[in-house]
Amino acid sequence: MDQLTSLAGGFGDVLTPMNLLWVVVGAFLGTAVGVMPGLGSAMAVALLLPMTFTLDPLAALIMFSGIYFGGLFGDSTAGILMNTPGNSTAIATTFEGHAMARGGRAPQALATSAIGAFTGSILATVLVVFFAPTMADLATRFGPGEYFALALFAFVAISTVVSESPLRGVAALVFGLALALVGTDQSTGTARFTFDVPALFDGISIVVITVAVLAVGEVLHVAGRHGRSGGTELIPSRGRPWLSGREFRRALPAWLRGAGIGIPFGIIPAGGAEVPTFLSYTTEKQLDRRKEEPEFGTGAIEGVAGPEAAGNATAGSAMGALLALGLPTSATAALLLATFQQYGMQPGPLLFERNGEIVWALLAALFLAAIVLLVLNLPFAPLWAKLLMLPQSYLYAGITVFASLGVYATGASQTDLVLMCALGLLAFVMRRNDVPLAPVLIAVILGPLAEYSLRDAMSNSGNDPLTLVSSPITIGLYSLLALGVAWTVYRRLRPAVPATLAEAREQEDADATEGADSRS
Amino acid sequence: MTVVLAHSPAPSADTAFRSALEQARMRGTDLVVLNVSSNDALADPKHAADTTLEGYLTEAAAVGVTARVERVLASDAADAVLEAARQHAAALLVVGIRHRSPVGKLLMGSTAQRILLAADCDVLAVKVKR
Repeated sequence: MDQLTSLAGGFGDVLTPMNLLWVVVGAFLGTAVGVMPGLGSAMAVALLLPMTFTLDPLAALIMFSGIYFGGLFGDSTAGILMNTPGNSTAIATTFEGHAMARGGRAPQALATSAIGAFTGSILATVLVVFFAPTMADLATRFGPGEYFALALFAFVAISTVVSESPLRGVAALVFGLALALVGTDQSTGTARFTFDVPALFDGISIVVITVAVLAVGEVLHVAGRHGRSGGTELIPSRGRPWLSGREFRRALPAWLRGAGIGIPFGIIPAGGAEVPTFLSYTTEKQLDRRKEEPEFGTGAIEGVAGPEAAGNATAGSAMGALLALGLPTSATAALLLATFQQYGMQPGPLLFERNGEIVWALLAALFLAAIVLLVLNLPFAPLWAKLLMLPQSYLYAGITVFASLGVYATGASQTDLVLMCALGLLAFVMRRNDVPLAPVLIAVILGPLAEYSLRDAMSNSGNDPLTLVSSPITIGLYSLLALGVAWTVYRRLRPAVPATLAEAREQEDADATEGADSRS
Repeated sequence: MTVVLAHSPAPSADTAFRSALEQARMRGTDLVVLNVSSNDALADPKHAADTTLEGYLTEAAAVGVTARVERVLASDAADAVLEAARQHAAALLVVGIRHRSPVGKLLMGSTAQRILLAADCDVLAVKVKR
């Protein structure tokens, strides 16, 4: 029961007025960006990353994890009330959620989704508390070869297995890797891709890349479709957000099933919460078909409860994978990894030993964040929906200013600003052509790790490539990867695509606004 | 010749619609229900619900008036209404108005007032009947 003692210590560290304030600030910002379609937790963290240089590490980390969780709490509000999901993670919730709202049960739908998100977060975090140290112990046996395998696993999984089109996914990955290579090579001193520009000798800062890709790209994307569609109607949510006993009894199993589906997906670099939410939706739909009077399509409460719990459960276990293995499984988790690196910490097996205090305080903060988010979202969801009436021109102008300010603050260099604009333009072109952005971020953040572990492994073994497949862990990872690729090939050769996912993607494309970080 | 109703979801909306319908029926003209909403925000309180507009159309059909709905996206509602009235060569423009305190008018301006003063055709201003 070491974990409980350490967790109690973590609560002791977090329960200070200042840290509690950061929990609340994170939850607040997270819900806000979650509610707004087009904004997401990854963008919020990217924009705030340069602002937190002076903050102490724990404060920044608990704020960012609050934003991560909050984004998944808020995303369903716009989906339920307006049929425009705040993020791709809420598409599955939107089908039944909006049907419930049209049927006059908007408060119940909002309550179900808030409690579902809470259940998912708490269950996943409890599991992380008990299993992350064990996982980290296992991972202490990781050498450079294992780390290379892990990074390769993340690269292939995010760009081919999960992505709509493997070709586009790999293209995005290559962009990211190329950006990660820019700068002077640390072991040989060779300047790579610097074009003799002195400002590039230090490489391109992660802040510049993430802000450009997530914020500037999104601003250009929104500007590019300005005036194509007007506002839509917001279904008013009247009445108290209480569930009746019957509704609660129907939603409870769906919440638990959703969390059960979501938790394993947090550990797989499968691009975040989108896939498990759809899996949960399909499960609930199939269970519903067996009933005497199927309710799906007319506002079934299970269709809201399941996906929402699944989405937040992934965020919880993604934190576990990040802390114990150093493996980011979503865009936002990748940015959290960058935050750790900014403070000179490397998430992974040694983090629990070297920075144990911060890790346990962070885990304690996750519990508090879930509670704060429930309080913010359960009664006040209709108020959050008022954010949707904000004129977008002001909002995106503000984001642009904030992005430029943050990028300039990191290096006080005009080259960074030019780079930000150029990369933002690249991100805009990529989005217009349906190239996913998450592989770029994963490649930029994990690229250096992959490169140095490969080199270490090679120099340790006297350039014997067989060292890469010499341990059970690497063999296991590579065979898992081969299985994943084989499954993808099989799935693509078979004509039948899972119907709901394909339809949902089409619907999302048709929607006026789509999530910025479609994979956070 | 048409009667143009500038519609936005407000307490006076239904009363304004009844008056506009009555005018169109008496004059034997078409009725255009115009909804101007902003193209800027994701959710707009000025955006009329499809169900309301459909209800208006059936109500108009019941008394034998040809009515149609037009949605306009514009940041300035008054300009958009005036422009639409010109385009349709409106015989009458119907707007719903409400009381606003002098301070409110100073801060927010008044769309109805601008329409009243700047329209080329007759304007019928309708208030909520108490």
